[in-house]
Amino acid sequence: MYLSLSDRPSTDVAPRSAGGRVSRTVVVLGIVSLLTDISSESVSAILPLYLTAVVGLSPVAYGLIDGLYQGVSSLVRIAAGWVADRTDRPQPVALAGYTLSAVARLGLIFAGGFGTISAAISLDRVGKGVRTAPRDAMIAASSDPARLGRSFGVHRALDTIGATLGPLLAFVILWRIADGYDTVLVVSLGFAVLGVATMVCFVPFRTGARTPLVEPGERQRASVETNTVRGRSTLNPRFLRLTGVSGVLALLTVGDGFVYLALLETGGFAVQWFPVLYVGTNLAYLALAVPMGRFADRAGRAKVLVLGHLPLAAAYLCAATGSGALWTTFAAVLLLGVFYAATDGTLAAVAGQLVPATVRASGIATAQTAVALARLVAATGFGLLWYAVGPRVAMLAVCAVLLAAIPAGLAVLRGGRP
Amino acid sequence: MTWRTTAFGAVVVLVTAGMTAYALSAIAENDRRTSTATAATTTTLAQVEKGPRIVFRHTGRDAEYGHVGAVTLADPGGPRALTDLSCDRVYAQARSVSCLRTERGVVSRYRAIDLAISTSGQAWREVDETDLPGLPSRTRLSPDGRLVSTTVFVNGDSYLASGFSTRTAIRRVGGASYGDLESFKLVVDGHRVAPVDRNIWGITFTDDGRTFYATVATGGRTYLVRGDLAERSLTTVADHVECPSLSPDGTRIAFKEADESGTRWTPAVLDLATGRRTVLAGEVHSIDDQIEWLDDDTVLYGLARQGEPVSDVWALDTSTTATPRVLVPEASSPAVLR
Repeated sequence: MYLSLSDRPSTDVAPRSAGGRVSRTVVVLGIVSLLTDISSESVSAILPLYLTAVVGLSPVAYGLIDGLYQGVSSLVRIAAGWVADRTDRPQPVALAGYTLSAVARLGLIFAGGFGTISAAISLDRVGKGVRTAPRDAMIAASSDPARLGRSFGVHRALDTIGATLGPLLAFVILWRIADGYDTVLVVSLGFAVLGVATMVCFVPFRTGARTPLVEPGERQRASVETNTVRGRSTLNPRFLRLTGVSGVLALLTVGDGFVYLALLETGGFAVQWFPVLYVGTNLAYLALAVPMGRFADRAGRAKVLVLGHLPLAAAYLCAATGSGALWTTFAAVLLLGVFYAATDGTLAAVAGQLVPATVRASGIATAQTAVALARLVAATGFGLLWYAVGPRVAMLAVCAVLLAAIPAGLAVLRGGRP
Repeated sequence: MTWRTTAFGAVVVLVTAGMTAYALSAIAENDRRTSTATAATTTTLAQVEKGPRIVFRHTGRDAEYGHVGAVTLADPGGPRALTDLSCDRVYAQARSVSCLRTERGVVSRYRAIDLAISTSGQAWREVDETDLPGLPSRTRLSPDGRLVSTTVFVNGDSYLASGFSTRTAIRRVGGASYGDLESFKLVVDGHRVAPVDRNIWGITFTDDGRTFYATVATGGRTYLVRGDLAERSLTTVADHVECPSLSPDGTRIAFKEADESGTRWTPAVLDLATGRRTVLAGEVHSIDDQIEWLDDDTVLYGLARQGEPVSDVWALDTSTTATPRVLVPEASSPAVLR
C-alpha cells in the first residue's frame, strides 16, 4: 500500500528502476519491525495485568528496576553500532538483536518470579538496543540518498502499524480467553520468530556492508556511498552540531504521558480513554510518516527535524490552555503524531548522512542515544516542575522555551553548512 | 523457488500452526472451565448471613471464578454462598460492600462499585459506581461502612514512561470524595514536606470516622502514616511499614515487611503503643496482600498457588513461631464480619 502511494510522482519511471521505488531492503526491514512490534507491544499491553493478576507481583516492585534498564539499553545501542561499523556487517548484529528479543519472549513464558521476569524484560531491552542502529544503518545504505527521508518514513510507518496491531491482538485474545495471558505470550513468541525468519531469509548477510555486494540489483548503491562520505570520523563538526541541537530539543520533549495527563487535569476526556490517546498518536504517526519523509527530502531534512518540534510546542499549548473541550484533546493527539512523523525517522536519516559510511551505525546510535537520554532527563525534570508550579504553568514554560530553541537550533545547523 | 523462500514458507507454516493450535486449545480449556459448575459445596446467602462470616473473592477455576462468596466464621472451609457479583478486589462490613472491578476491552475500564447490605439474605443493592484511574489493588471500608478507600496502580504517569505509581482515594459510600490522598498535607518526622515522588497505598480505618492509617513511600523509603480526614493531613508514625491493617481492638497494625530488594514481603505486626515489631517468620512465602484480622490474635491473607490463578486464604497466629494454615481454600480478598 505504501509502496504504490509513495510512487505516484515517478510513475513515468519503469518499475523497479533505481530511485523511483523504496528499496526492497527497506520494505523487508519494515516488515521485520512490524512483526517484532506486534510481538513486543502485545506483551507490553498486558504486562501490568499479567504481573498483578497471575504472577502476583506488585507493579511498584517492577517499576523500581525498570528505570535502570533504559540506561543499559542506551549504552548497548552505541556498542552495537560500533561493532556493526567495525565488522562492516550490520545485518548479523541487527539479527542478533532480534534473536535476543525472541529468546526473551521464550524466557517470559517460563518465567515465574520477580528475578526471572525482570531478566527476560531486560534481555528484551538489550535486544532492542542492539538492533536499532545497525538496522537504521542498513536502511540508509540501501536507499537513494535523495530519498532517505521517504525510506525512513516507509520503515517507521510499517513499524508503527505493528505497534498498533500488537495491543489490539492482545485484547482480542484476553476478550475471548479470560485468563489467556499464556496465549498472548505464545502468540507474541510466534511473531518474534516470524520477524527473525523474515530477516534471515530476505535480508542478505552483507546488506549495508561497504565492500561491493554480489547481488547485481544492489550494485548502484556502491557509487552512492562515495558521495555520502563527507568526513573522516563521527566527530565532524556538522554531526556534533546535529547531535547537540537534537539533544537540546529533546531536553524540552517532556513525553506524551505528561501531555495526556495535563489534558486529563483540564477535563478534556474521561480517564478510561487514556490508552486510546496513544493509539491516536500512533495512527497519526503512521499516516504521516511517509508524506513527512518525502517532504523532508524536498525541504531539507535537518530543517524538518528542527521545525518538527513546532507541532510539539502546539501540543503543549493545547494541553496548557485546553478548557476541557474535546477538540483540544484531538488536536494534541494529532500534533504529537505530526511531531513523531517529522522527527523520528528524520533523525536517523540526517545522522546517517552526516557521518562517513564507515561509521554510519555508530553515528546513528550516538544521535539516538543523546536524544533518548535527554528525553529521560526532560521527563524527570518536568515531573519536578509539574509539582512545583502546576501543569498549566509548567506546560506553558516548556512551550515558551521550546519556541525560542527552535530558531536557535535552525541557526546553529545552518551555520554548519559549507 | 529459492531455498530461502522454501525455508521461510516452512517457518511461517510451522509457527502459524503452533500459534493456532495453542490458541484453540486455550479457547477450548477456557470454555470448558467457564461452563463447569464449582466443585465447592454451596449454600445460600441467607444461611451464611445469619451470623459472623467471611466475605471473599472465589478463585476456583470454574464458572464462578472471580465471584464474591461468603462462608460462616464457624466453618470457613465448609459450604460457601456465591453471588453474581464479580470483582478483582472485595471488602465488606456489616452494612456495605466495596467491589473493584476490571472491565476488559480494547480500552479496559476500572470501576469501584459500592453496595448496601440491607436485609440479611437479600441480594446486595448497588448504590454507587465510580471510575477508577487504573488497576485495582486495595479497598477497605470503615467499621461503620460509611467510608471507602481505593488504591489502584496507574501505568505511565510517572517520570519514567514505563514506571508505575499508585493512586489512593477515600470517598463517602454513595457520596462525595475526599480526593486523591497525594493532595493531603504530608508531615514526615515532624517536618512538613512536599516531595514529587510520593506514593500512597493501603488504607485502614479506625472507628472514629476521621482517622485512618496508610503507607506513604517517598525517597525510596516507606512510612506508616496516620491520616486525618478533617485536617486533610498525613503524619508519619513509623518506618518500613507497607499495607497496614488495624486490629479489631485498635492496638496493633498488621502489615507486610519488605526485604532489602523490596520485592519479597513477610507478614509482621506492630504494637502502636510500644512500637514493638513482631515478624511472623513462620510464613516463608512472599505475601502481597493487605492483611485482614480474623480476631485479635490471628491474621488472614490471600496467597496465590504456584503457577495458577488460584489463591487460598491463609490464617496465621501473631507469634513468631506460628505456622500458617489454609482457612478458606480457593479464595482471596478476605473480609471478616464479626
